Amino acid sequence: MRPSSARLLNILVPIKRSIDYAVKIRVNPQQTGVETNVKHSMNPFDEIGVEEAVRLREKLKDAVKNITVVTIGPTKANEMLRTALAMGADKGIHIEIPETLSPEPLGVAKALKEVVNKEKPDLVILGKQAIDDDAGQTGQMLAGLMGWSQATFASKVEVDEPRGVVTVTREVDGGLQKVECKLPAIVTTDLRLNEPRYTSLPNIMKAKKKPIEKLSAEELGVDLRPRLETVKVTEPPKRKGGAKVESVDELVAKLKEAGVA
Amino acid sequence: MSNKLPTRLRAIKLYKELYRIGKDYPNPSYDFHGKLRRAFEKNRTAQGEGAERAFRLGEYIKQETLALYSLRKYRHLKNAYYSDEGVKASSVPTLEKESGKE
Repeated sequence: MRPSSARLLNILVPIKRSIDYAVKIRVNPQQTGVETNVKHSMNPFDEIGVEEAVRLREKLKDAVKNITVVTIGPTKANEMLRTALAMGADKGIHIEIPETLSPEPLGVAKALKEVVNKEKPDLVILGKQAIDDDAGQTGQMLAGLMGWSQATFASKVEVDEPRGVVTVTREVDGGLQKVECKLPAIVTTDLRLNEPRYTSLPNIMKAKKKPIEKLSAEELGVDLRPRLETVKVTEPPKRKGGAKVESVDELVAKLKEAGVA
Repeated sequence: MSNKLPTRLRAIKLYKELYRIGKDYPNPSYDFHGKLRRAFEKNRTAQGEGAERAFRLGEYIKQETLALYSLRKYRHLKNAYYSDEGVKASSVPTLEKESGKE
Protein backbone atom coordinates (compact mmCIF):
# COMPACT_ATOMS: atom_id res chain seq x y z
CA MET A 1 0.00 0.00 0.00
CA ARG A 2 1.16 3.45 -0.85
CA PRO A 3 1.75 5.45 2.27
CA SER A 4 -0.54 8.40 2.35
CA SER A 5 -0.06 11.40 4.54
CA ALA A 6 -2.06 10.66 7.64
CA ARG A 7 -4.75 13.23 7.99
CA LEU A 8 -6.23 13.22 11.41
CA LEU A 9 -9.45 15.01 12.08
CA ASN A 10 -9.85 17.43 14.90
CA ILE A 11 -13.46 18.32 15.57
CA LEU A 12 -14.61 21.36 17.49
CA VAL A 13 -18.17 21.55 18.80
CA PRO A 14 -19.34 24.84 20.31
CA ILE A 15 -22.26 24.39 22.71
CA LYS A 16 -24.58 26.75 24.52
CA ARG A 17 -26.29 26.55 27.88
CA SER A 18 -29.87 27.55 27.32
CA ILE A 19 -33.16 27.34 29.18
CA ASP A 20 -34.48 23.78 29.10
CA TYR A 21 -36.89 23.09 26.28
CA ALA A 22 -39.61 21.90 28.65
CA VAL A 23 -39.64 25.09 30.74
CA LYS A 24 -42.44 27.58 30.21
CA ILE A 25 -40.75 30.88 29.38
CA ARG A 26 -41.86 33.87 31.47
CA VAL A 27 -40.95 37.52 31.14
CA ASN A 28 -39.38 38.96 34.29
CA PRO A 29 -41.28 41.72 36.18
CA GLN A 30 -38.81 44.45 35.12
CA GLN A 31 -39.52 43.54 31.46
CA THR A 32 -35.81 43.47 30.70
CA GLY A 33 -35.68 39.83 29.68
CA VAL A 34 -36.97 36.39 30.57
CA GLU A 35 -36.89 34.65 33.94
CA THR A 36 -33.51 32.87 34.02
CA ASN A 37 -33.76 31.26 37.44
CA VAL A 38 -35.12 28.05 35.89
CA LYS A 39 -33.79 24.70 34.74
CA HIS A 40 -31.12 24.97 32.08
CA SER A 41 -29.76 22.33 29.76
CA MET A 42 -27.66 22.05 26.65
CA ASN A 43 -29.22 23.56 23.55
CA PRO A 44 -30.80 20.53 21.78
CA PHE A 45 -29.31 21.44 18.40
CA ASP A 46 -25.84 21.58 19.99
CA GLU A 47 -26.52 18.20 21.54
CA ILE A 48 -27.12 16.91 18.03
CA GLY A 49 -23.76 18.44 17.06
CA VAL A 50 -21.92 16.66 19.88
CA GLU A 51 -23.66 13.40 18.99
CA GLU A 52 -22.62 13.78 15.34
CA ALA A 53 -18.98 14.32 16.32
CA VAL A 54 -19.07 11.21 18.50
CA ARG A 55 -20.75 9.20 15.74
CA LEU A 56 -18.09 10.33 13.26
CA ARG A 57 -15.49 8.94 15.62
CA GLU A 58 -17.39 5.67 15.97
CA LYS A 59 -17.48 5.40 12.17
CA LEU A 60 -13.98 6.63 11.29
CA LYS A 61 -12.28 5.18 14.40
CA ASP A 62 -8.75 6.55 14.78
CA ALA A 63 -9.08 9.08 11.98
CA VAL A 64 -10.81 11.37 14.45
CA LYS A 65 -8.02 12.48 16.71
CA ASN A 66 -9.76 14.82 19.04
CA ILE A 67 -13.22 16.13 19.83
CA THR A 68 -13.16 19.43 21.68
CA VAL A 69 -16.25 21.14 23.06
CA VAL A 70 -16.27 24.84 23.78
CA THR A 71 -18.84 26.95 25.55
CA ILE A 72 -19.21 30.63 26.32
CA GLY A 73 -21.23 31.15 29.45
CA PRO A 74 -21.41 31.64 33.20
CA THR A 75 -19.81 29.28 35.72
CA LYS A 76 -22.77 26.90 35.50
CA ALA A 77 -22.11 26.29 31.79
CA ASN A 78 -19.47 23.93 33.13
CA GLU A 79 -22.22 21.33 33.62
CA MET A 80 -23.01 21.44 29.91
CA LEU A 81 -19.34 20.77 29.11
CA ARG A 82 -19.40 17.79 31.48
CA THR A 83 -22.50 16.44 29.74
CA ALA A 84 -20.79 16.77 26.36
CA LEU A 85 -17.68 15.07 27.72
CA ALA A 86 -19.85 12.26 29.06
CA MET A 87 -21.36 11.86 25.60
CA GLY A 88 -17.88 11.19 24.25
CA ALA A 89 -15.94 14.42 23.69
CA ASP A 90 -12.32 14.51 24.86
CA LYS A 91 -11.66 18.02 26.04
CA GLY A 92 -13.61 21.08 27.11
CA ILE A 93 -12.90 24.78 26.85
CA HIS A 94 -14.91 27.15 29.00
CA ILE A 95 -14.89 30.85 28.17
CA GLU A 96 -16.30 32.28 31.34
CA ILE A 97 -18.47 35.38 31.29
CA PRO A 98 -20.65 36.98 33.97
CA GLU A 99 -24.19 35.65 34.37
CA THR A 100 -25.77 38.96 33.33
CA LEU A 101 -23.93 39.23 30.02
CA SER A 102 -25.62 37.64 27.04
CA PRO A 103 -23.31 37.85 24.03
CA GLU A 104 -24.57 38.29 20.48
CA PRO A 105 -23.78 36.00 17.53
CA LEU A 106 -21.04 38.27 16.15
CA GLY A 107 -19.24 38.40 19.49
CA VAL A 108 -19.60 34.65 19.90
CA ALA A 109 -18.32 34.05 16.35
CA LYS A 110 -15.29 36.26 17.00
CA ALA A 111 -14.50 34.41 20.22
CA LEU A 112 -14.93 31.07 18.42
CA LYS A 113 -12.59 32.30 15.70
CA GLU A 114 -9.87 32.78 18.31
CA VAL A 115 -10.56 29.31 19.69
CA VAL A 116 -10.41 27.85 16.16
CA ASN A 117 -7.07 29.59 15.53
CA LYS A 118 -5.78 28.12 18.76
CA GLU A 119 -7.13 24.58 18.44
CA LYS A 120 -6.84 24.24 14.65
CA PRO A 121 -9.83 21.94 14.08
CA ASP A 122 -10.65 20.52 10.62
CA LEU A 123 -14.35 20.45 11.23
CA VAL A 124 -16.53 22.68 13.37
CA ILE A 125 -20.02 21.33 14.09
CA LEU A 126 -22.48 23.84 15.52
CA GLY A 127 -26.16 23.69 16.28
CA LYS A 128 -28.09 25.64 13.65
CA GLN A 129 -29.59 27.87 16.33
CA ALA A 130 -30.06 28.07 20.07
CA ILE A 131 -33.57 27.62 21.37
CA ASP A 132 -33.39 30.75 23.52
CA ASP A 133 -32.33 33.57 21.17
CA ASP A 134 -33.12 31.74 17.92
CA ALA A 135 -30.65 33.88 16.03
CA GLY A 136 -29.20 31.11 13.86
CA GLN A 137 -26.23 33.22 12.79
CA THR A 138 -23.18 32.06 14.69
CA GLY A 139 -22.15 29.25 12.32
CA GLN A 140 -22.46 31.39 9.23
CA MET A 141 -20.60 34.29 10.84
CA LEU A 142 -17.80 31.99 11.96
CA ALA A 143 -17.49 30.60 8.43
CA GLY A 144 -17.35 34.16 7.10
CA LEU A 145 -14.71 35.25 9.58
CA MET A 146 -12.56 32.19 8.91
CA GLY A 147 -13.14 32.16 5.15
CA TRP A 148 -14.03 28.44 5.36
CA SER A 149 -16.67 26.45 3.51
CA GLN A 150 -19.96 26.12 5.29
CA ALA A 151 -22.79 23.62 5.09
CA THR A 152 -25.76 24.70 7.16
CA PHE A 153 -28.84 22.71 8.27
CA ALA A 154 -27.17 19.36 7.81
CA SER A 155 -29.36 16.27 7.89
CA LYS A 156 -26.52 13.93 6.92
CA VAL A 157 -22.76 14.31 7.22
CA GLU A 158 -20.21 12.05 5.55
CA VAL A 159 -16.52 12.71 5.93
CA ASP A 160 -14.10 11.39 3.31
CA GLU A 161 -11.02 11.90 5.36
CA PRO A 162 -8.28 10.75 2.92
CA ARG A 163 -9.62 13.15 0.27
CA GLY A 164 -10.18 15.85 2.83
CA VAL A 165 -13.80 16.55 1.91
CA VAL A 166 -17.06 16.41 3.76
CA THR A 167 -20.32 15.66 1.95
CA VAL A 168 -23.32 17.20 3.63
CA THR A 169 -27.00 16.73 2.83
CA ARG A 170 -28.77 19.96 3.70
CA GLU A 171 -32.39 20.61 4.45
CA VAL A 172 -33.55 23.46 2.26
CA ASP A 173 -37.04 24.73 1.49
CA GLY A 174 -38.97 22.01 -0.28
CA GLY A 175 -36.23 19.41 -0.45
CA LEU A 176 -32.71 18.31 0.18
CA GLN A 177 -29.46 19.58 -1.23
CA LYS A 178 -26.15 17.76 -1.30
CA VAL A 179 -22.97 19.82 -1.03
CA GLU A 180 -19.35 18.80 -0.94
CA CYS A 181 -17.00 20.95 1.12
CA LYS A 182 -13.24 20.94 1.37
CA LEU A 183 -11.97 20.62 4.89
CA PRO A 184 -11.65 22.65 7.03
CA ALA A 185 -15.36 23.32 7.06
CA ILE A 186 -18.22 24.54 9.22
CA VAL A 187 -21.32 22.37 9.57
CA THR A 188 -24.49 23.39 11.38
CA THR A 189 -26.91 20.68 12.43
CA ASP A 190 -30.59 20.31 11.72
CA LEU A 191 -33.09 18.41 13.83
CA ARG A 192 -33.08 15.20 11.80
CA LEU A 193 -29.32 14.65 11.72
CA ASN A 194 -29.37 12.15 14.59
CA GLU A 195 -30.88 11.31 17.97
CA PRO A 196 -28.56 12.36 20.79
CA ARG A 197 -27.73 9.65 23.30
CA TYR A 198 -28.56 9.72 26.97
CA THR A 199 -25.33 9.73 28.95
CA SER A 200 -24.70 6.61 30.99
CA LEU A 201 -23.56 6.63 34.61
CA PRO A 202 -20.06 5.19 34.01
CA ASN A 203 -19.46 7.74 31.26
CA ILE A 204 -20.46 10.58 33.57
CA MET A 205 -17.90 9.37 36.10
CA LYS A 206 -15.25 9.12 33.38
CA ALA A 207 -16.09 12.62 32.15
CA LYS A 208 -15.11 14.04 35.54
CA LYS A 209 -11.51 13.14 34.80
CA LYS A 210 -11.42 14.80 31.38
CA PRO A 211 -9.68 18.19 31.14
CA ILE A 212 -11.53 21.50 30.97
CA GLU A 213 -9.54 24.58 30.09
CA LYS A 214 -10.75 27.92 31.42
CA LEU A 215 -10.36 31.05 29.35
CA SER A 216 -11.70 34.57 29.55
CA ALA A 217 -12.84 36.91 26.81
CA GLU A 218 -9.95 39.26 27.64
CA GLU A 219 -7.41 36.47 27.12
CA LEU A 220 -8.85 35.85 23.67
CA GLY A 221 -8.89 39.58 22.95
CA VAL A 222 -12.56 39.77 22.06
CA ASP A 223 -15.33 42.03 23.27
CA LEU A 224 -18.44 40.03 24.05
CA ARG A 225 -20.54 42.99 25.17
CA PRO A 226 -23.75 43.20 23.13
CA ARG A 227 -24.04 45.97 20.56
CA LEU A 228 -27.80 45.97 20.66
CA GLU A 229 -29.79 47.36 23.53
CA THR A 230 -32.93 45.57 24.65
CA VAL A 231 -35.56 48.22 25.23
CA LYS A 232 -38.38 46.09 26.53
CA VAL A 233 -39.50 42.48 26.60
CA THR A 234 -43.23 41.74 26.77
CA GLU A 235 -45.37 38.67 26.48
CA PRO A 236 -47.49 38.19 23.37
CA PRO A 237 -51.16 39.16 23.78
CA LYS A 238 -53.26 36.53 25.52
CA ARG A 239 -55.46 34.46 23.25
CA LYS A 240 -59.12 35.30 23.66
CA GLY A 241 -61.51 32.42 24.05
CA GLY A 242 -64.23 31.77 21.48
CA ALA A 243 -67.96 31.54 22.16
CA LYS A 244 -70.93 29.61 20.87
CA VAL A 245 -73.73 31.45 19.04
CA GLU A 246 -77.37 30.46 19.29
CA SER A 247 -78.54 31.19 15.77
CA VAL A 248 -77.41 32.15 12.28
CA ASP A 249 -78.70 35.71 12.70
CA GLU A 250 -76.59 36.15 15.78
CA LEU A 251 -73.57 34.81 13.92
CA VAL A 252 -74.10 37.24 11.04
CA ALA A 253 -74.53 40.09 13.49
CA LYS A 254 -71.30 39.17 15.25
CA LEU A 255 -69.44 38.87 11.94
CA LYS A 256 -70.70 42.30 10.88
CA GLU A 257 -69.59 43.69 14.19
CA ALA A 258 -66.12 42.23 13.63
CA GLY A 259 -66.07 43.78 10.15
CA VAL A 260 -65.87 40.47 8.27
CA ALA A 261 -69.06 40.59 6.25
CA MET B 1 -20.25 -8.37 29.90
CA SER B 2 -22.86 -7.81 32.57
CA ASN B 3 -23.71 -11.52 32.48
CA LYS B 4 -20.49 -12.28 34.31
CA LEU B 5 -21.39 -10.01 37.21
CA PRO B 6 -23.09 -11.64 40.20
CA THR B 7 -26.85 -11.13 40.23
CA ARG B 8 -26.69 -8.81 43.22
CA LEU B 9 -24.27 -6.41 41.51
CA ARG B 10 -26.25 -6.51 38.30
CA ALA B 11 -29.38 -5.59 40.23
CA ILE B 12 -27.65 -2.69 41.97
CA LYS B 13 -26.28 -1.42 38.67
CA LEU B 14 -29.68 -1.56 37.00
CA TYR B 15 -31.32 0.12 40.00
CA LYS B 16 -28.81 2.99 39.93
CA GLU B 17 -29.33 3.52 36.21
CA LEU B 18 -33.11 3.47 36.47
CA TYR B 19 -33.00 5.76 39.51
CA ARG B 20 -31.02 8.37 37.62
CA ILE B 21 -33.27 8.12 34.58
CA GLY B 22 -36.27 8.55 36.88
CA LYS B 23 -34.98 11.91 38.06
CA ASP B 24 -35.72 13.36 34.64
CA TYR B 25 -39.23 11.96 34.40
CA PRO B 26 -41.44 14.69 32.91
CA ASN B 27 -44.58 14.07 34.96
CA PRO B 28 -43.92 14.95 38.62
CA SER B 29 -47.06 13.21 39.85
CA TYR B 30 -45.91 9.86 38.42
CA ASP B 31 -44.16 8.06 41.25
CA PHE B 32 -41.28 6.66 39.20
CA HIS B 33 -38.91 6.08 42.11
CA GLY B 34 -41.61 4.52 44.31
CA LYS B 35 -42.65 2.13 41.56
CA LEU B 36 -39.01 1.33 40.87
CA ARG B 37 -38.32 0.52 44.51
CA ARG B 38 -41.44 -1.61 44.91
CA ALA B 39 -40.64 -3.54 41.74
CA PHE B 40 -37.16 -4.32 43.00
CA GLU B 41 -38.45 -5.25 46.45
CA LYS B 42 -40.96 -7.62 44.94
CA ASN B 43 -38.19 -9.46 43.11
CA ARG B 44 -35.62 -9.44 45.89
CA THR B 45 -35.69 -13.20 46.35
CA ALA B 46 -35.84 -13.96 42.62
CA GLN B 47 -33.38 -16.58 41.43
CA GLY B 48 -32.30 -18.06 38.12
CA GLU B 49 -34.88 -17.73 35.38
CA GLY B 50 -37.12 -15.49 37.51
CA ALA B 51 -34.27 -13.06 38.08
CA GLU B 52 -33.43 -13.07 34.36
CA ARG B 53 -37.02 -12.19 33.53
CA ALA B 54 -36.94 -9.32 36.01
CA PHE B 55 -33.68 -8.03 34.50
CA ARG B 56 -35.16 -8.17 31.02
CA LEU B 57 -38.16 -6.19 32.21
CA GLY B 58 -35.85 -3.64 33.84
CA GLU B 59 -33.80 -3.23 30.68
CA TYR B 60 -36.98 -2.88 28.67
CA ILE B 61 -38.29 -0.15 30.94
CA LYS B 62 -34.95 1.63 30.70
CA GLN B 63 -35.07 1.56 26.90
CA GLU B 64 -38.66 2.69 26.75
CA THR B 65 -38.13 5.57 29.18
CA LEU B 66 -35.11 6.81 27.24
CA ALA B 67 -37.10 6.57 24.01
CA LEU B 68 -39.88 8.55 25.67
CA TYR B 69 -37.44 11.32 26.65
CA SER B 70 -35.83 11.64 23.24
CA LEU B 71 -39.17 11.51 21.44
CA ARG B 72 -40.57 14.18 23.74
CA LYS B 73 -37.67 16.48 22.96
CA TYR B 74 -37.85 15.75 19.24
CA ARG B 75 -41.59 16.43 19.13
CA HIS B 76 -41.22 19.66 21.07
CA LEU B 77 -38.59 20.96 18.64
CA LYS B 78 -40.59 19.78 15.67
CA ASN B 79 -43.69 21.61 16.85
CA ALA B 80 -41.71 24.72 17.68
CA TYR B 81 -39.66 25.02 14.51
CA TYR B 82 -41.12 22.89 11.75
CA SER B 83 -44.79 23.72 11.64
CA ASP B 84 -45.12 23.60 7.82
CA GLU B 85 -43.98 20.04 7.35
CA GLY B 86 -46.07 18.92 4.35
CA VAL B 87 -43.64 19.81 1.57
CA LYS B 88 -40.50 18.62 3.28
CA ALA B 89 -41.76 15.24 4.43
CA SER B 90 -42.85 14.27 0.95
CA SER B 91 -39.58 15.35 -0.62
CA VAL B 92 -37.32 13.41 1.73
CA PRO B 93 -37.42 10.06 -0.10
CA THR B 94 -37.13 11.62 -3.56
CA LEU B 95 -33.48 12.55 -3.18
CA GLU B 96 -32.64 8.99 -2.15
CA LYS B 97 -34.44 7.77 -5.28
CA GLU B 98 -32.69 10.35 -7.45
CA SER B 99 -29.23 9.52 -6.17
CA GLY B 100 -29.99 5.82 -6.63
CA LYS B 101 -30.71 6.39 -10.35
CA GLU B 102 -27.38 8.04 -11.09
